[in-house]
Amino acid sequence: MIAQIIFGLILITAIYLFSKNAGKIRRNILFGRDVNRSDRRAERWLVMAKVALGQTKMTKRPVAAIMHFFIYVGFIIINLEVLEIMIDGLFGSHRIFSKPLGSLYGLLIGGFEILAVLVLVACVVFLARRNIVRLKRFRGTEMTQWPKSDANYILLIEICLMAAFLTMNAADYKLQALHFGHYIKAGSFPVSSLIAPILSANADTLEITERVCWWLHIIGILAFLNYLPYSKHFHILLAFPNTWYSNLEPKGEFTNMASVTNEVKAMLDPSFVPENNGEVARFGAKDVTDLTWKNLMEAYTCTECGRCTSVCPANITGKLLSPRKIMMDTRDRITEVGNNLDKHGKGHQDGKALLDDYITREELWACTTCNACVEACPVNINPLEIITEMRRYIVMEESQAPPSLNNMFGNVENNGAPWKYSNADRFNWAYES
Amino acid sequence: MENQNNSEIENPKSEIRIPTMAQMAAESKEPEILFWVGCAGSFDERAQKTTRDICKILQHVGISYAVLGTEESCTGDPAKRAGNEFLFQMQAMTNIEVLNGYNIKKIVTGCPHCFNTIKNEYPGLGGNYEVIHHSQLIQQLIDDGKLKAEGGESFKGKRITYHDPCYLGRGNNIYEAPRKALEILDTELVEMKRCKSNGLCCGAGGAQMFKEPEKGNKDINMERIDEVIAINAQVVAAACPFCMTMLSDGVKNHDKEQEIIVLDIAEITVRANGL
Repeated sequence: MIAQIIFGLILITAIYLFSKNAGKIRRNILFGRDVNRSDRRAERWLVMAKVALGQTKMTKRPVAAIMHFFIYVGFIIINLEVLEIMIDGLFGSHRIFSKPLGSLYGLLIGGFEILAVLVLVACVVFLARRNIVRLKRFRGTEMTQWPKSDANYILLIEICLMAAFLTMNAADYKLQALHFGHYIKAGSFPVSSLIAPILSANADTLEITERVCWWLHIIGILAFLNYLPYSKHFHILLAFPNTWYSNLEPKGEFTNMASVTNEVKAMLDPSFVPENNGEVARFGAKDVTDLTWKNLMEAYTCTECGRCTSVCPANITGKLLSPRKIMMDTRDRITEVGNNLDKHGKGHQDGKALLDDYITREELWACTTCNACVEACPVNINPLEIITEMRRYIVMEESQAPPSLNNMFGNVENNGAPWKYSNADRFNWAYES
Repeated sequence: MENQNNSEIENPKSEIRIPTMAQMAAESKEPEILFWVGCAGSFDERAQKTTRDICKILQHVGISYAVLGTEESCTGDPAKRAGNEFLFQMQAMTNIEVLNGYNIKKIVTGCPHCFNTIKNEYPGLGGNYEVIHHSQLIQQLIDDGKLKAEGGESFKGKRITYHDPCYLGRGNNIYEAPRKALEILDTELVEMKRCKSNGLCCGAGGAQMFKEPEKGNKDINMERIDEVIAINAQVVAAACPFCMTMLSDGVKNHDKEQEIIVLDIAEITVRANGL
């Protein structure tokens, strides 16, 4: 009974804390400007099913795709087991699903065990890729101590959870063989039966082992849940809404700024009255709150895999720009803005901004807008949109474009071409051969 | 000169007739398609060749077409990518006024940037047209049996590779049309390591064409030409005037001008057909 109460309290606390922190992230995301991403619903469900659920964009890197698939499927399916653990924990039952499910139960538990081994293998391979092989994709200026540790913590926690799960089953398997206490014959243990011989033969020790692993497993899962909001691992939740709200237009299409349209129309036609006279804070983005909520959601969805940076032509050729850094900077800054609000209340200004304090102009101007980063992202994150918004701020609010680009603007404005050629010569190509 | 600019041009050397919209309108005629030449196609010496070749193709298959001549102006693409939305929309609205004034329905462009901008970004500002890139035009003509690869230069035995322009490939998912123009050549089409949706940018997009690159350890076009060299291609097919410049410069800087030639899809088509 005491165990049940303790379990109930831990469960409630874990869910409460997680909701609180997830709620903060939701609030931070909604600091962004509004953008309509709720149209074409059927298409959106399809994109989410393909990209998030089906992980179709992972396949470009087959090794990572297979290993990630093990962990992904393992995570989802083994969570069915967690449901049983919750019920057992709250009602003091043991393997409550074993009776109603009959022989299917054995099949399920056996399947979970095999998945658990695959998860273990994948985690070890991933740890090796990060720490021994040291793939270039996992390095770079933005990959400071915390992002590197975060990645390792996630993998180590997953290894611990799977180890606890398998050890628990192994002890249970032995206890079942001994017909000990309430350990009824239930489940099949293709993997844990192999590690069972390592465990003690003493029934009391086995019971303690089984109980300790049971608690470790479930408390571990609840602790992990509460680690998510502080970690890049949050992608396991946000990948789904993030792909649902994907940009469905061709990648080459940039948004037309409605605020600019109004001004240009008024310039070309003085009698023009703009439909919507909503206040425009500023053109483009200087800080994170000038970006859209979708940009901010993407920042929290980013799992720092570095596929974007590894295909970025600017980054490949040694320039400062790294699309992953753009996303991480955006996330860090919006988190800072949220923390400021919590600490100092509304209206507090910390004198910092995304531009210059996080992202330098040199990074922004190195972008070729080639969309390689957008194409590469397995969860449809668009770093290019943020880069463009920041360029818009620099050009339209500050008039601080690089001098050569200002020359180009001048040429387009005066001669209708980016070069210094007279418009009268525009058709000369027809006379030459 | 002034008068010539807006009337039909007969080019004595290449024997191509280049009608303008102004002249067509004066005769109360409407062409089937408008050829949007673009700034590079109008002013850049190398791109001008491609422009004339697109005209040759149009004339060869007998499509009624016209150009805007001096009435054409920058689409605003480089301004938009660089963040100058004001300038972009000024250009867009001015161009849309001209295009709508001529009742234009269909446009073929010689440049993926113009293509992307007019196709995707003009509709929101009141410019609705059916827009295709010249590689799509060539593909359609091949599919319709109007264009073949005969009567001209043979590309047989040559290793040809195709460089995907970002705004045609990733930007608009057009990967097959330009390859179609190469597949009929009876030649070996070899792909670079980074191709199609994984294609590497030439380095010119996002207004980079008009500025010096940021500090790094290599120029992007040199990185691209390394890939061309790695697969021993003799011909690099381009479909964008900016890629053309970057790739040609890359070949030159590698001192490979004898071994590697950069040609636009339209130029290859014209050569293969002896137009």
